[in-house]
Amino acid sequence: MSAVIEGHHDDHHHGPAKGITRWLYTTNHKDIGSLYLWFSFIMLFIGGAMAMVIRAELFEPGSQIVSPEFYNQMVTNHGLIMVFGVIMPAFVGLANWLIPMQIGAPDMALPRLNNLSFWILPAAFGVLLATFFMEGGAPNFGWTFYAPLSTEYAPPTVTYFIFAVHIMGASSIMGSINVITTILNMRAPGMTLMKMPLFVWSWLITAYLLIAVMPVLAGAVTMMLMDIHFGTSFFKAGGGGDPVLFQHIFWFFGHPEVYIMILPAFGIVSHIIETFSRKPIFGYDSMVYAIASIALLSFVVWAHHMFTVGMPIAGELFFMYSTMLIAIPTGVKVFNWLSTMFKGSLTFETPMLFAIAFVALFTIGGLSGLMLAIAPADFQYHDTYFVVAHFHYVLVPGALFSIIAAVYYWLPKWTGYMYDEFMGKTHFWLSFVSVNLTFFPMHFVGLAGMPRRIPDYAMQFADYNMIVSVGAFLFGLSQLLFLYVVLKAIFYGKKATGQVWEGAQGLEWTLNSPPAYHTFETPPNLEAGEAKG
Amino acid sequence: MSSIKKSVSKLFLATVGMFLFGFALVPIYDVFCEITGLNGKVTGPTFSEYEDIGNREIKITFTTTNNNDMPWFFDSDRSQMKVKTGEQNLMSYVFTNTTDKPMIAQAIPSVSPGKGAQYFHKTECFCFEQQYLEPGESISIPLKFVIDPDLPADISSLALGYTLFDITKDQMTKQASN
Repeated sequence: MSAVIEGHHDDHHHGPAKGITRWLYTTNHKDIGSLYLWFSFIMLFIGGAMAMVIRAELFEPGSQIVSPEFYNQMVTNHGLIMVFGVIMPAFVGLANWLIPMQIGAPDMALPRLNNLSFWILPAAFGVLLATFFMEGGAPNFGWTFYAPLSTEYAPPTVTYFIFAVHIMGASSIMGSINVITTILNMRAPGMTLMKMPLFVWSWLITAYLLIAVMPVLAGAVTMMLMDIHFGTSFFKAGGGGDPVLFQHIFWFFGHPEVYIMILPAFGIVSHIIETFSRKPIFGYDSMVYAIASIALLSFVVWAHHMFTVGMPIAGELFFMYSTMLIAIPTGVKVFNWLSTMFKGSLTFETPMLFAIAFVALFTIGGLSGLMLAIAPADFQYHDTYFVVAHFHYVLVPGALFSIIAAVYYWLPKWTGYMYDEFMGKTHFWLSFVSVNLTFFPMHFVGLAGMPRRIPDYAMQFADYNMIVSVGAFLFGLSQLLFLYVVLKAIFYGKKATGQVWEGAQGLEWTLNSPPAYHTFETPPNLEAGEAKG
Repeated sequence: MSSIKKSVSKLFLATVGMFLFGFALVPIYDVFCEITGLNGKVTGPTFSEYEDIGNREIKITFTTTNNNDMPWFFDSDRSQMKVKTGEQNLMSYVFTNTTDKPMIAQAIPSVSPGKGAQYFHKTECFCFEQQYLEPGESISIPLKFVIDPDLPADISSLALGYTLFDITKDQMTKQASN
């Protein structure tokens, strides 16, 4: 079927333009997807280098390599870059590549907006990284930029930081408008909402979350800007404002934001597990409802990040119970993944290994999240390495592993070339061992009371910190191997077939590998259920 | 094509709406704090005279803190007193500008436990206005307050804390921009 469609259209359309302008002016969803993914890859190494500086400093107790001031800048920018520069752009890149192909659309609904939302992103991070070379240094107030640290006590470069956040937010919002408009209006005839692939579903809900909370973040940084330069007192206690208000506004954005960084991962992992189990996903409908309820709940749990600010007991209880409620839809998802694998004919290619590791390790991160949700216990865990261990478990072996799995899974489709399976598996095992070596001991030092964001620590934490640092260096090096595997596939890989994976289902696998520059110019003819899952 | 336009305009409106909602959170938060006594926030000037002076005795503790590097001397006459609910009380605070520059200060109150904040009525307070002092100048200002007889029975003591902020710079920028 695919050959017919492409054969019919290839002679009408010429390929991409040549040279740099192909990338600057492109409105093609595949080109823009690649741009997002490469941008995210580059930022992964920049943010990763900052993590290496942090772990080098923490290799031994005492002040070793960098000054405390520079350490604060490293911690802040590592967080900002990994959240806004790596995880989010990588998911947008995947959305660009996959959503049109999975729903049988020729491109995104708003191709020019698409170009703009990518190209303002390097500008935003250029501004952010430029602050390292300015007087006062880069932002140093943590990625959560709590006022008054980020207002009254901030370095003068905070204004650049605010504009960078504005641009990143604009980029995300434009991307989300594009995703929703595409999904709602451009599905192939016969693809009803409940027949959409789960990755498309997860992104539809993520995009709604982004539209709901990115403007609130923009509002928060605007208030900061006004406090700093225009004499307002949103967060200034002396002028009648309230610094705690900042935390409420930030986490009203921040908690949906952490689900923005994990929901698309749920979609990716669902596709990979069903492919390598050679079974359709177990409980498709419940998967969709679980994602939707996680998204809705994310709006009423934000204050669990701030149990220690001095809330009335009723508030603590409300946010404690609502947070624990999220474990139910999340548990449904984990159950469905396990049930999909149960009695399937499993094979363990690299994407599947990363997907299974995702299920196991994300669950560990989820369980430590449940521990943190217990308000009285949180008074002890708050701002310790236990929190650091928790959110790195959900973001690194969670979100990042799902992105790596997605790259291995769809790379043959995108490039037309297979990656080296042996090197892929080596990359997986190195990453799997080192990621646990890095983040598991953090639970122990956290429970023992080691505070986060501090460049030095007490002697009794020395052994574990050395193990963590060794793990971190190994994890960092393993990702260079990832780059090597990707480049090797592109330049020396074996030709991939259109189907690529024996058990793969969905419209994108009906296309050639690599797909033509323009695909599905005529919508595919769907028999009922063909594209489900 | 028009269905795409419709989607985009709806989503654009949602974006603008959420941006405004972010700002709406500021007054919502204030109202919420007032109702719940969150953060020990105290409401503005309220005058209340109670006909029947209760016979409950409440212990009031007064604390003063200087924010960051505010150099003034700032303290209450006494650190504790016992008051009857419904009764008018008086406490004096001393402010001294210990620097050689004229300065403007603002005191910000907080009552704990937060649950009791809404029953702590101030009828006259220096915190309702700003204090301008010449170099070396010192003043004593009274605080008049009433404890509401409706104060929940499980509260037998309240603490009133003031933090003094140096707002000289903020006031200067405000005047300059006016």
